[in-house]
Amino acid sequence: MGPLIPNGILTNEWNIIIAVLIGLAFGFILEASGFSSSRKLAGVFYGYDFAVLKVFFTAAVVSVIGLYYMDYLGWIDMGMLYVHPTYLWAAIIGGAIMGVGFVAGGFCPGTSLCAVAIGKLDAWVYVFGIMLGVFIFSEAYSVLEGLYNGSFLGNITLVDSFDIPANYIIFGVTIIALVAFFVSDIVRKRIKKVFY
Amino acid sequence: MDKSSENNRHVYWNPYFGGFLLGLLIIFTFYMTGRGLGASGAMKSSVVTLVDKVSHEHTINNAYYSKFVKDDESPMNTWLVFESLGVLAGAFISGSLSGRIGFRVQHSPKITSRRRLVFALFGGILFGLGAQIARGCTSGAALSGMAVLSTGGFITMLAIFGTAYLFAYFFRKNWI
Repeated sequence: MGPLIPNGILTNEWNIIIAVLIGLAFGFILEASGFSSSRKLAGVFYGYDFAVLKVFFTAAVVSVIGLYYMDYLGWIDMGMLYVHPTYLWAAIIGGAIMGVGFVAGGFCPGTSLCAVAIGKLDAWVYVFGIMLGVFIFSEAYSVLEGLYNGSFLGNITLVDSFDIPANYIIFGVTIIALVAFFVSDIVRKRIKKVFY
Repeated sequence: MDKSSENNRHVYWNPYFGGFLLGLLIIFTFYMTGRGLGASGAMKSSVVTLVDKVSHEHTINNAYYSKFVKDDESPMNTWLVFESLGVLAGAFISGSLSGRIGFRVQHSPKITSRRRLVFALFGGILFGLGAQIARGCTSGAALSGMAVLSTGGFITMLAIFGTAYLFAYFFRKNWI
């Protein structure tokens, strides 16, 4: 069964059509959830709007439960799915740089594309900035190569890292998400409203 | 513009509803393609293409660009580029339905649009740089990584949000 294209059930030509359709849905969901507004996105860091936290963690929990359940039912082979590789220091340092970029610019790449589509000029500048950042990385690649390729731990999952079964990890992640949703509502009530 | 869409401009979906649909979309994406979503990949392809147009010699001699340059096809011919074109169209459709289309610079009334644009440029540069180091952004590394319990995905997610909270104090004037 799944994944359909790697298993040859759908031909590779479908890949491009599916890419556009998935992108359409992705852009629509992000924009309709308010992710084309940098002021709404930044709210998560100041406690006046937790849409980012709620959308992001709901999506993560739904997708991980769904994928593992489909694997259990034999509809999809988890072993064939692409697991984002773990380069320990690259993940930490790259993530930290992205974090500063997020709170300074108010977008991440996906959300900035949505804002570009509805005419936010700050997002146009932001996307230009991302491209400059990619250019700087590429030109400085000889310096950054050690970080980029170093501390490689493989395409590991939390199941490998903690050596506990996936169902316990998924249950734990779900509980963390529910607690975060609950706490975020309490915090938002205590913080001065920001209108945007 | 009629009054109802004027009032609805800032009414968005319930975040749990949006998150649920996004979760289903990630499942569908993995079910079809065996991989997750992404966003910064398309911008990388654009940079590679632009640099390749200016100097092909430079791209094949650079150890990073050369990974993405193929002799027989354009570096734009990747899954993520087509997906990102879909994102632009999908967001445009959603924005049109809610009356949110229009050229403007969105910023807090306490700062000038010039200041907003400077910080947007600076933030974009950092995000672009970080996304290359971590091999993906909030979509490709964090969200799609977490869907398959990737350790790197979780680390990147914690690093992004942890650092953003740490630095939020220094950028507060821009937002609150």
